[in-house]
This record gives sequence, C-alpha cells and structure tokens, in this order.
Amino acid sequence: MALHATHRDAGDVMVVDFSGRITLGEGSALMRKTIRGLLEDQRTKILLNLADVDYIDSSGIGELVSGFTAVKNRAGDLKLLHLTKKVRDLLQITKLYTVFDVFSDEQTALRSFNS
Amino acid sequence: MAPDTKHLEVTLETQVESVNLAEEMCLRVAEAAGFGEDDCYRIGMSVREGVINAFHYGNQERPEKKIYLAVDLTSDKMIIHVLDEGTGFKLSDVPDPLAEENLLSTSGRGIFLMRAFMDEFDVVPGRNGGAEIVMSKKLPAPGSTSANGQGGQSTTPQQEA
Repeated sequence: MALHATHRDAGDVMVVDFSGRITLGEGSALMRKTIRGLLEDQRTKILLNLADVDYIDSSGIGELVSGFTAVKNRAGDLKLLHLTKKVRDLLQITKLYTVFDVFSDEQTALRSFNS
Repeated sequence: MAPDTKHLEVTLETQVESVNLAEEMCLRVAEAAGFGEDDCYRIGMSVREGVINAFHYGNQERPEKKIYLAVDLTSDKMIIHVLDEGTGFKLSDVPDPLAEENLLSTSGRGIFLMRAFMDEFDVVPGRNGGAEIVMSKKLPAPGSTSANGQGGQSTTPQQEA
C-alpha cells in the first residue's frame, strides 16, 4: 500500500498522519519530502503519527533517522506517536526505540514539546 | 540438489520495482510452504533487504546489471539466494548498526535485519564476482502454531527436473 501523508496543526506542533508502507522508493521519498517541507516552513516541532503504518523497511528506518537528525539540527523535535507492533519491534531491535521519543497518547505527546 | 527440492529462480532488473516483486514472489512461496504470518513477514522483509542490498550496494543502481533471485524449498527449510553483479563484500567489513557511533546512521541496517529475521545467513562470493546472500528459514512443523495451514496454494514453486 502506497504511503499517504496529511498534516494538521496542533498549536505550534505539526502532526503528520502517515498511512501505508514506508519503504524504498516512493514511501521513503514522501517521508523525506514531508519533513523537509515542514522545516522549510520553519515548523520544527513535528509529531509523526504512525498508527496506520504497518510496514517499514531499512530504507524507511533510514529516512526516519535522517528526518530526526535534520529536525534536531534546526533545534527542533521530531517525535513518534502510535507505533504499530511491527514498527515498534523494528525500532527496538535496531536500538532506535531509545533514540526517539515515542508516545501512545496524542495529548501527552503534544504537551511534551513544551515541557 | 536433493531430488525433493523445489527450485524457483528469476532474473530481476536493477530497479526499485524489483524489490517489491521479489518480496511478493517469496511471500507466495512462503505461504504455500506453510509459514505463518509472522514468519512470512520476516521472510518478506529479509528478501526486500537482500534485493535492496543488491540494487544499491552491489549493482550501484546501474540498470545494465542484473539481480538473480533463487528460492530452494527443501524438506526442512526455505533457502533464498540473492546474487548481484557488484564487486562483492565481506561480512566482517559491515559496520555494526547497533554500535553507539552508528545508531544515527541513515543506512546499513539491511544485513542486520536479515540476520535477525532468518535462521541462517551468510554472504559468499558469487559466480560472477559479485556477492551472493544465502539465507534460510526452517519450515514449520505440521500443525505447529507457526504454520498457517494454507499450504498448497496456486503459487507452488516448480519441481526441478
């Protein structure tokens, strides 16, 4: 299933709802384009909602890390919300679960950007 | 090759679409062989990573080069071979993606994932100088919880003569 992304404002945080697969090719490219576009618009507080992302490969993981680093380099924060079991397991075995701030509740995630 | 081994092979173009094609093909074989959903996911992911490795690192994304994918289904395991037309590499030269200094690397996790998801994994010199990834997964015991009971689907590999 192709990746889709929609944005919504939540105060000074931009929430991006992704759905589909983040894999080599269009999926990874869309994630890159989405995050880079937000940074160009000076949006540096980004919450990626991955509730409907059921598959991610090493290319998608690489793109997540790339986005995380790009946002950090702009003194911002990129956090993750609602990981599916497969995505959570992948982040755990690659030790990235400890790198990202991961939330299961959106309001808690939004509040964390200003704490 | 043992007489009861079923063999399937395909030559893939060096393009992104080959990754999905290889994954889908091997998933059908794995489902037909009786692997359950979790094992099918692991096999599919490993095939993806093997072909991504051949596409990107082995063949350097050069369209004139080919990727060779082969699947052997023996009486006890599914063996997958992914061969590229690159210059080969040694597993010992692959950086550990779990090392602190590599955690934020944007690449280099494919080999790690294949090792994690398959029962056996190795890289050997290919017949044409490239790298050949060889990985396998044991077939589920009949009636085990890992078997999906959906063996005998239409995409059964061909019996080699």
